[in-house]
Amino acid sequence: MAINLQSQPKVRTREPVINDFAFSVATKNGSGSQTSNNVLVMSLFRMGIPVNGKNLFPSNIKGLPTWYTIRASKDGYTARKAITEIVVAYNDGTATEDVANLPPGGVCITTDKIARVIKQRDDISYYEIPVAALMKQTDVPSAFRKLVENMTYVGAVAKLFDIPLDLIYDVLLSNFKGKEKPAKMNHDVIKLAYDWTAENIEKTDPYRFESMDGTTGKIMMTGNDAGALGAVFGGVNVVAWYPITPSTSFVDGIISFRHLRQNENKENTIAIVQAEDELAAAGIVTGAGWAGSRALTSTSGPGISLMAEFAGLAYFAEIPAVFWNITRMGPSTGLPTRTSQGDLLFTHFLGHGDSRQLCLLPGNLKEAFEFGWKSFDLAEALQSPVFVISDLDLGMNNWLSDPFDYPDQPIDRGKVLNAAQLQSFIDEHGKWGRYMDVDGDGIPYRTVPGTDHPFSAYFARGTGHDVMATYSERSDDWVENMQRLSLKMDTAREMLPGPILDNSSGSDIGIVTFGTNEDAVREARDWLANDGIQTDYLRIRALPIASAVGDFIHSHKSIFVIENNFDGQLNQLLHIESPEDISHVRSLALGDGLPMTPSWIYENLKEQEG
Amino acid sequence: MPPRVNQLGLSRNEYKGRPSTLCPGCGHDSISNQIISIAYEMGIEQHKFIKVSGIGCSSKTPAYFLGGSHGFNALHGRMPSVVTGALLANKDLSCVAVSGDGDSGSIGMGQFKHVIRRNVPFVYIIENNGVYGLTKGQFSATADEGQFLKYYGLNEMAPIDLALEAVISGASFVARSFSGDAKQVRALLQAAILHQGTAVLDIISPCVTFNNAETSTKSFPYGRDNEVPLHEIQILAPDYVHAQEEIEVGDYEAGDIIDVEMHDGSFIRLKKLDNDHDPRNRRMAIDVLEQSLREQIFSTGLIYYEEPRPTLADTEDLVSTPLARLDEGSLRPSKDAFDGVMRGLMAS
Repeated sequence: MAINLQSQPKVRTREPVINDFAFSVATKNGSGSQTSNNVLVMSLFRMGIPVNGKNLFPSNIKGLPTWYTIRASKDGYTARKAITEIVVAYNDGTATEDVANLPPGGVCITTDKIARVIKQRDDISYYEIPVAALMKQTDVPSAFRKLVENMTYVGAVAKLFDIPLDLIYDVLLSNFKGKEKPAKMNHDVIKLAYDWTAENIEKTDPYRFESMDGTTGKIMMTGNDAGALGAVFGGVNVVAWYPITPSTSFVDGIISFRHLRQNENKENTIAIVQAEDELAAAGIVTGAGWAGSRALTSTSGPGISLMAEFAGLAYFAEIPAVFWNITRMGPSTGLPTRTSQGDLLFTHFLGHGDSRQLCLLPGNLKEAFEFGWKSFDLAEALQSPVFVISDLDLGMNNWLSDPFDYPDQPIDRGKVLNAAQLQSFIDEHGKWGRYMDVDGDGIPYRTVPGTDHPFSAYFARGTGHDVMATYSERSDDWVENMQRLSLKMDTAREMLPGPILDNSSGSDIGIVTFGTNEDAVREARDWLANDGIQTDYLRIRALPIASAVGDFIHSHKSIFVIENNFDGQLNQLLHIESPEDISHVRSLALGDGLPMTPSWIYENLKEQEG
Repeated sequence: MPPRVNQLGLSRNEYKGRPSTLCPGCGHDSISNQIISIAYEMGIEQHKFIKVSGIGCSSKTPAYFLGGSHGFNALHGRMPSVVTGALLANKDLSCVAVSGDGDSGSIGMGQFKHVIRRNVPFVYIIENNGVYGLTKGQFSATADEGQFLKYYGLNEMAPIDLALEAVISGASFVARSFSGDAKQVRALLQAAILHQGTAVLDIISPCVTFNNAETSTKSFPYGRDNEVPLHEIQILAPDYVHAQEEIEVGDYEAGDIIDVEMHDGSFIRLKKLDNDHDPRNRRMAIDVLEQSLREQIFSTGLIYYEEPRPTLADTEDLVSTPLARLDEGSLRPSKDAFDGVMRGLMAS
């Protein structure tokens, strides 16, 4: 695999290029490069430079190629760039291809050993680091030697592009949670390479970093951590899960924030169970939601497949629970470590029969946090499972963001009756039935086990039932129940987070997208605007879609639905949801396992529109 | 004459559920009746109980008992995960769960073993009849090897012994019984309800429609003629004075009585019959089950008991208030805590 080579920009002038270029770091996984790359990203972040790091890694523990792309953008663009100007080619297995992908005028930082094989282009700069010789000069214990070897490129990069060494040391200290010994060991290697580079390499490229004021007050975090933090502030009580890439770090996040919810005796208000499989995890959250707690599971495609059974039950028995789907490439095992938006339709229609799941679609870090807490309020208010569909790109990569907002609404437990409220309900309505819709919004009132009232009990089931939750095979009971569920879906449409809308251009062209394509679309729209092509924009944040989406579609002559899956699933969904002819809605779907790039959107939209 | 009532002033009728829709004479109905009786006798508060089941004939039965308890008829083989979640949400609840041999022995084998591993404290009843009833008579995984059924011919697979699986998986309370032995079922149910861990009751409960020929070890005639109780069982309340000081129990010698002290101070008194089984001995428990399997002996009673290890809620180190009852103050950390997290994530 290599990062797909797309259009080659023209040779740039040798004017200095400051804080506006991208790196690709090619290493072998398991070699400690994650620390090196993290140090680079966090250093740039602390220099005040808007930065985004994306890990393009193999499904393997050790030895296979891995790429990490770091994009610095003074203008705050954080989408993946199709072309990176600089490559750190530290993997002999991919170095030839990595160098071939560089644009003219690009930079290759490599080891002296690899350089012998790959030095064939005369339109780029090669900087060779004698890694083996440098490592010989260190006193790093042999057990750690391989793991810190990658710090040599950190040192070279720091010198070549101007990252202060003392700042790198601070980042290392944070990285090792204040432990000086490992920080110093790594820093010694960095400094060695830094000094060697200063003495031996003549810089022939125009790229350079400069401190700026682009990250003050901003935070950096992964989407999985942000969602986990949101869940902790949303009152999650029961977490059940089964390890699966790329969702594992979501639960790791909850574990790391669990202390925020401990009482003064360090006792937990969050139970975390690693289940025997995703099916059991879904069962645990279903049982926990039924019994009145806020329950969450986090998984990815294959796990979602297993959860289909409980998703249908929870939908039909009307049990609140939150399911995070950190999407990766399917079908089947697919590409476990590559990002995708390919589970949209499956998740939305999860469960057999006429079921339709509520879905939230975070597009950025802030929304990962916000939907993290809000999903529980929605699940309880709507008495339904809520699926938050994130993806690997948002979930596992570090994103720059404004700080989150503390929840602006109190916790909403929905229509749940305690013993006294149940009595009032009975006094008012003559009786209480679990599935009676007395408010006309499709949402009934529920009780939870443990409610001390002679009429509080009901029998939850996935089988046909009447309003009293009694088993029923009567057609009229079935139809009545389905009509109420349909009404509840319509209630949900306007309760769920509405779309992000930019109607300001006055253009006939509208772009519809969802999730993490946001940054790539934003940048592509700017490029298109520079070419005189104005676009309006709508980002869907929840399913079932709100009525505003239909209004947007009908008020534009040309709609492009941009998404990162192969079949154009959002486009299909819009066609399902639209009773009218919407042939002016066209799909721009990619689905190649990588985060979307602005250039792909720009080129394809221009071609179709032109 | 007014109906008899228990210590809560409730009649036995008030512990019933809806009328059963199972075949007349079904073994499962007699188990439901024993659940109703023991709940009445123990004077349990129904709102503190939940009843959960999977799918199958047996799993329909929670609708037929404890009408005052919340119930959940879940998915085939998945009752254990639902119970796990419910009892984490509210650790003050007690749970009687019903499964069958198809539900636990085939589709739900994984959940059966893992709920035991987690030691979720509940009564796990398997109503075991060796056959799939709702789908009209297929063999289940507990059916006898060599058995012949009209529609499906010869069963050439060896049976899975669910009591043995429970012991091997680490269950701290494992019993086998026969739905035709009402008294024993009641005693075992009472002990299981008092137990502070996963209590597995594998109750042979004949299917009168599909598997009740005398030749079947899961039939009424077979059970009636061949049941070999390991002991007589009696449950003694916590205030009971220890057996050693009170040996006037019928014809028994001191050595013929085993008093198993339970977590809450109750005792399970086992009166010896013609064997030496001591349920506190794991090796003996495995031996008696293996011998039963090998020699087709229908041994019933308390097979295995040990002082339960910490329950899942203990392991999770949860606050004393049930999680489902926490208020907003416990569910959402303060703005200060939030600001602290944000500051820690900032560049400067």
